[in-house]
Amino acid sequence: MSQAILPSPLNDGANNAAGAPGVGLPVVARRRPSAPFTVAVSALIVLVVLVCALLHGVLNPLAMEQDTQLGSVGIGVWGHVLGTDQLGRDVLALLGAGALSAVAGPLVVAVGSMLIGLLLGGLAGYRGGFADGVVSRYADLVLALPAILLAIVVAGVLGGGYWVTVLVLVVLFSPSDVRLVRGAVMEQMSRPYIESARVLGLSGPRILFRHVVPNVAPVMLANALLNVSFALVAISSLSFLGIGAGVGSADWGLQLADGRALLGSNPLASIAPGLAIVATATSVNLLGHWLAERLEKKAVAR
Amino acid sequence: MNIVWFVVRRLLATALLLAVLSFLIFSLLYLAPGDIAKNLLGTKAVTPEALAAVRAQYHLDDPFLVQYWHWLSGVLTGDWGTSIRSGLPVADEIASRAGITVRLIVMGFLIAALVSIPAGVWAARRRGTWVDRTLVSSAVVGVSAPGFAIGLLLLFVFAVTLRWFPVYGTGEGLWGQLWHLTLPAIALAVGLGALVVQLTRAAVVRELDADYVTFQRSRGLSEARVMGTVLRNAAIPIVTSLGLMVTYLVGGTILVEVVFGLPGLGTQLQQAVLFKDVPVVQALTLITGLLVCLISLAVDLLYLAIDPRILRKAVTA
Repeated sequence: MSQAILPSPLNDGANNAAGAPGVGLPVVARRRPSAPFTVAVSALIVLVVLVCALLHGVLNPLAMEQDTQLGSVGIGVWGHVLGTDQLGRDVLALLGAGALSAVAGPLVVAVGSMLIGLLLGGLAGYRGGFADGVVSRYADLVLALPAILLAIVVAGVLGGGYWVTVLVLVVLFSPSDVRLVRGAVMEQMSRPYIESARVLGLSGPRILFRHVVPNVAPVMLANALLNVSFALVAISSLSFLGIGAGVGSADWGLQLADGRALLGSNPLASIAPGLAIVATATSVNLLGHWLAERLEKKAVAR
Repeated sequence: MNIVWFVVRRLLATALLLAVLSFLIFSLLYLAPGDIAKNLLGTKAVTPEALAAVRAQYHLDDPFLVQYWHWLSGVLTGDWGTSIRSGLPVADEIASRAGITVRLIVMGFLIAALVSIPAGVWAARRRGTWVDRTLVSSAVVGVSAPGFAIGLLLLFVFAVTLRWFPVYGTGEGLWGQLWHLTLPAIALAVGLGALVVQLTRAAVVRELDADYVTFQRSRGLSEARVMGTVLRNAAIPIVTSLGLMVTYLVGGTILVEVVFGLPGLGTQLQQAVLFKDVPVVQALTLITGLLVCLISLAVDLLYLAIDPRILRKAVTA
């Protein structure tokens, strides 16, 4: 029924007429499982992006080929389904090549911040006391300011570049993982099995990584998926501003910024990468939410 | 006594945070690659005299902490330095561009609040129906979509194709300016609104599940009275998420201003960062940091005022 995968965020109030029966009746709490169709479409989109990212060298080796004589043409020119940009590069091929940039950076950000989260959060949650104080203040400091502002300022002043941006984002994304792991570890610490492990004489790191971490791993995985989605938005935002991906590389944010001037002649040069960012980020986000919801249900059922 | 102690502690924490922040922002000067004096000269000719003048102006030959002190006392007395790019005082540059950013943020915030709070309440009351699912999935798209992508789509549909709105420019007179700011404000409101829909829905759902609602209904109170208490209680987590909204607004404003080519503080930050105009970057970051810290302080104190239970928890903890 509600299978519109990309409903416009603007028509929030537009569905008034369709049905307002039973105003005032208490709505029975009925939790439906997340529509599997939405999840399937999201998974399909993510799969297509992954295939493009992994095989772009094989599928379109000529993606960055310029044809300045051709210049920008619109849709329907033979050989250029979505037209070309101002340098005569094929928009569709560039889109495929940009998938790598949309996958690699966000994955590094998610995994990197997860590792920092496991180390610092695990330390803070397991040890408590002074270690906890230091780690928590670090998290407070980074979270006190808008991450995107910090990323723009720090990555920009450092001179910019794709991997500089990615590294800065790893640091900026880590506090939420640190807090997540810290909270989860603290919650586990009060359980009897920790006491038993201690009595058995197991070492601290062993208890932490062999016994506590597996219990918090599912939550971390769901959080990592959400982080991939937010990192994709952040990285393409910085590329759009001219701070991330270098001039001439294949990146959706950069492609959108370059194609803006062509809004009149070939609008797809900027709209296609825009839609690619929105669709990919939304799909990964939905998968993350779906996973988190399933894990929650499992935890309740236990 | 307890409440005073709580407020004092919170004030001290904010002051400490601002001190650390100002130190880090000052260090930005040293983060930029290359020679600092040459960086500060910008496009001016690099002569020994000019370099010496810059070194004297920024006290570059003093120890790091002394430089920081010179910079901080300048900032506190209203001397924000000069822009490397334009040679004009940073304070004047910022003041001339702040108006458009403030108008954009206020418009975006109003649109988001007026649309999303009712939408979130509606979704919560129709939980599990197609209304709810449509609103929730729209909110996921809105939260995942960066402001510049939304802005570009709006530009293409409403300005280039339908020609209802101007493509670029800031407009003449009050109405002209508002007209030119409408699309940017909507682009800003989409992401913020999606966030507010999620927050509102979650808060109202939590309240609707509370025992007091069941009790009020079984007592036969009118639905309007029930919703009155529900909304008042649900308002607490929404108001206290203001910090989250401000965080979103800061990033969103930069992207939206750049995609629409608006000459506000967001485009100023982008240009200053690309040009390595460190004094302007420092000033803008410091102002934003100050605003964000003060708003989160205000929200915490407000929280205290509207929900006395917090104080009891905070003091005993």
